[in-house]
Amino acid sequence: MMPKSKKQRQLFYVVPYSIWLILFVFAPLVLLLFQSLTTSNGDFTLHNYAVYFASGTYLKMTFNSVWYAFLITLITLLISYPTAYLLNQLKQKQFWLLLVILPTWINLLLKTYAFVGLLSKTGTVNNFIGLLGIAPQQLLFSDWSFLLVAAYIEIPFMILPIFNSLAEINPRLEQASHDLGANKWQTLRRVILPLSMPGIKAGIQAVFIPSLSLFMITRLIGGNRVITLGTAIEEHFLVTQNWRLGSTIGVILIVAMVIIMILTRDRVRKSSRKRG
Amino acid sequence: MKKLLVSVATILAVVLVLFGTQSYLSSKTGTGTSSKDVLNLYNWGDYIDPALLKKFTKETGYKVSYETFDSNEAMYTKIKQGGTSYDLAVPSDYMIQKMKAERLLLPLDHSKLTGLKNYDSRFLNQSFDKKNKYSLPYFWGTLGIIYNDEYVNKKDIQHWDDLWSSKFKNQIMLVDSARDALAVALITQNKSVNTKSQADLAAAQAKLTTLMPNIKAIVADEIKMYMAQNEAAIAVTYSGEAAEALSNNKHLHYVVPSEGSNLWFDNIVMPKTAKHKAAAYAFLNFISDPKNAAQNAEYIGYATPNKNALALLPKSIRHDKQFYPDNETISHLQVYDNLGQAWTEKYNDAFLEFKMTQR
Amino acid sequence: MSKKFRWANIYLWFVFILLYLPIFFLIVYSFNSGSVMQGWSGFSLKHYNELFSDTRILEILVNTFLIALLSSLLASIIGTGGALYIYNLKHTLSKNVFLSLNNILLVSPDVIIGASFLILFTVMGFALGFTSVLLSHIAFSIPIVVLMVLPRLQEMNQSLVAAAKDLGANNWQMLSRVILPVISPGILAGFFMAFTYSLDDFAVTFFVTGNGFTTLSVEVYSRARQGVSLEINALSALMFMVSLLLVLAYYVISTRAVRSKKRGTRLVLPATEGL
Repeated sequence: MMPKSKKQRQLFYVVPYSIWLILFVFAPLVLLLFQSLTTSNGDFTLHNYAVYFASGTYLKMTFNSVWYAFLITLITLLISYPTAYLLNQLKQKQFWLLLVILPTWINLLLKTYAFVGLLSKTGTVNNFIGLLGIAPQQLLFSDWSFLLVAAYIEIPFMILPIFNSLAEINPRLEQASHDLGANKWQTLRRVILPLSMPGIKAGIQAVFIPSLSLFMITRLIGGNRVITLGTAIEEHFLVTQNWRLGSTIGVILIVAMVIIMILTRDRVRKSSRKRG
Repeated sequence: MKKLLVSVATILAVVLVLFGTQSYLSSKTGTGTSSKDVLNLYNWGDYIDPALLKKFTKETGYKVSYETFDSNEAMYTKIKQGGTSYDLAVPSDYMIQKMKAERLLLPLDHSKLTGLKNYDSRFLNQSFDKKNKYSLPYFWGTLGIIYNDEYVNKKDIQHWDDLWSSKFKNQIMLVDSARDALAVALITQNKSVNTKSQADLAAAQAKLTTLMPNIKAIVADEIKMYMAQNEAAIAVTYSGEAAEALSNNKHLHYVVPSEGSNLWFDNIVMPKTAKHKAAAYAFLNFISDPKNAAQNAEYIGYATPNKNALALLPKSIRHDKQFYPDNETISHLQVYDNLGQAWTEKYNDAFLEFKMTQR
Repeated sequence: MSKKFRWANIYLWFVFILLYLPIFFLIVYSFNSGSVMQGWSGFSLKHYNELFSDTRILEILVNTFLIALLSSLLASIIGTGGALYIYNLKHTLSKNVFLSLNNILLVSPDVIIGASFLILFTVMGFALGFTSVLLSHIAFSIPIVVLMVLPRLQEMNQSLVAAAKDLGANNWQMLSRVILPVISPGILAGFFMAFTYSLDDFAVTFFVTGNGFTTLSVEVYSRARQGVSLEINALSALMFMVSLLLVLAYYVISTRAVRSKKRGTRLVLPATEGL
């Protein structure tokens, strides 16, 4: 078609983006790889990777990270999809969507403190259930409270992309499906869900990936009962100042991310082919 | 498209207004100006009475640009990497030793210091900075135990060994710090908190692991909040945290076990990035003044090393054995040394393994 | 239908209560006459008085919004360009490579990003301050914009693009008349997420602030050791109220717009752009 002008257009898109890639992605990546692969004298070594893979502690932490990130993503998705779907049915849906985003502008540490106040032994939730005659429960420092607060933080990041992809679905498609005799459930499963898949994927990426390296909530709400890679990295960069081992874990996280990306990418292509 | 452009224009307009507001505000506070009459102070968040900063500006004419950090190591990284120009910073003991060894500090000219005589000699000339060549004490404190008298008898919790009592199952909050947690175990085994013996460390880790059934959570700065809210009966933490917690819950008390504990310092140093030395000395002298130091100690609630300031504080603070322990107890306290990279890692690995044994 | 709708409403109420519970908790305690977020000890406005006499914190607040607005705006522009480029790539392999590179900053823990950026700036001989914070925030916001815009591009109707080409649209017309209107909800989502990231980031920002420039998050986290005072609650309450008023104003304006025109599927989207 228009090869030359297309090139020009791409140049216009790509120059600022490439500068960003080189300075803020490539350079730090090289630095990270360099640090993870050298000794303090600058000699090549695989020592850091050996430490990581030989240590039961780190492998267990990795497993914890993946498992809890999975749970957080699952809970977030289960709450967010119906929310996004129902929001889409409302008049003034953009207004309601803004109301979903609004809580994210309040400082995270402060919101976490508020959760401590809500969930503590003498906190609001226990006072409330006390009115119903239930004895105070230990809510903090449990898996549930940790998952609740983590999901709370991530919900808006899941709702937003799903909402967007749902909003784009032509309502006539739903109508057509209905006319062809599909019930509500079939329409949802066969029409709405597949069409909103790109939004779901974007949401999963926006939630799962950062959840791998949570650390503040694991301590504040989880009482360090769950230890994830985020805790280890934090420690290596800020407490022991062993940036080499910290970088190694960073590299491993990046590799894990690439694998996840490739896995989810493939399915997108298949489903789009199906749609023609 | 038009709407998209309109929103971009709106955002830019708001940005312009904000720029205007910012330059107006900064002309009032003095931040961001590189002129000579500024002091760049790098300190923990909310770790000085803001009224004192205003008073300092009024008395000396130097405006204070106050920047904050949340951990010694984070501060160290910033000063080491450069790109900033802090005139004074407030690191803790072991970090001063480390920064000194890496030549990140400037020596203090004692002939320019007018307030040295105000300090209690027990808190000068410490192992991390002999003869106070590089630092002046700002606040000091201890590591100890907070307990809630609604759940725990005073006599049941006076020593570190009491923590291991089977009575306290799932009741203790432990501070999330490798040095402090291991120090507790080391002291119960009569070892130095600065030990560099693999056997001592392994024994301490084993001892600590047996405490696990009693531990409810391993947390950090939030301990004061949890304790004030009755979330746990006992906590192992610093005196600073304790002071905050005690002021919010009258059932809480703080004990420094008499067999020994950690003695910590936050001292003021002059990093090598300092550009406004005259202002820095003016501030050091200002904060050494007993009246100012006393005002600051009342605001912060930590123990002041300034003996003439202490004399100005109300009796209830001066005679509070919890935060100003007697000479006998102080003589058993140990200050942390900088362990060096390898041993810092060993301590932290031991603590990390201990944390992973939970449940 | 109406019965089902009631259930739907109950569910939405539940979600909104969950989202707003901690916020209301914070706001209520900003009026506490005590000094901590526990044990209500009476109504007082003293934390608001404290706040308004604290020029330092107000300056930090202004800085924070300045950075958040500028960085998310620039990140939206650069990120949209990046998404268009990745979308136009023919090979799946290069697409995957670019996407992985794009997501590196999302997956890297903040401490690592912060430390690397600090090294980057000091190696380049950059003094830390406004510019370094702005550049860092743009940098970590770009991937989320790309992630939000890309699905919109993939859903874009190819025949629409082809038709525009056949009709002889030039590049600029293609972009402004065909592509941008379709992907603008994605750009907007990206902008809001970038804005959120910027307001809330502590770990990266900490490393790149300096020379008197700092942001609200850094200040709040640094106060953790001494205890975060209710002055910060008061500040958050005010921020929240102002944002809520803006959203309500938007609601009023857009309902009027809706009433004056006939409602269609597309109409909601341009209405958001007016924000």
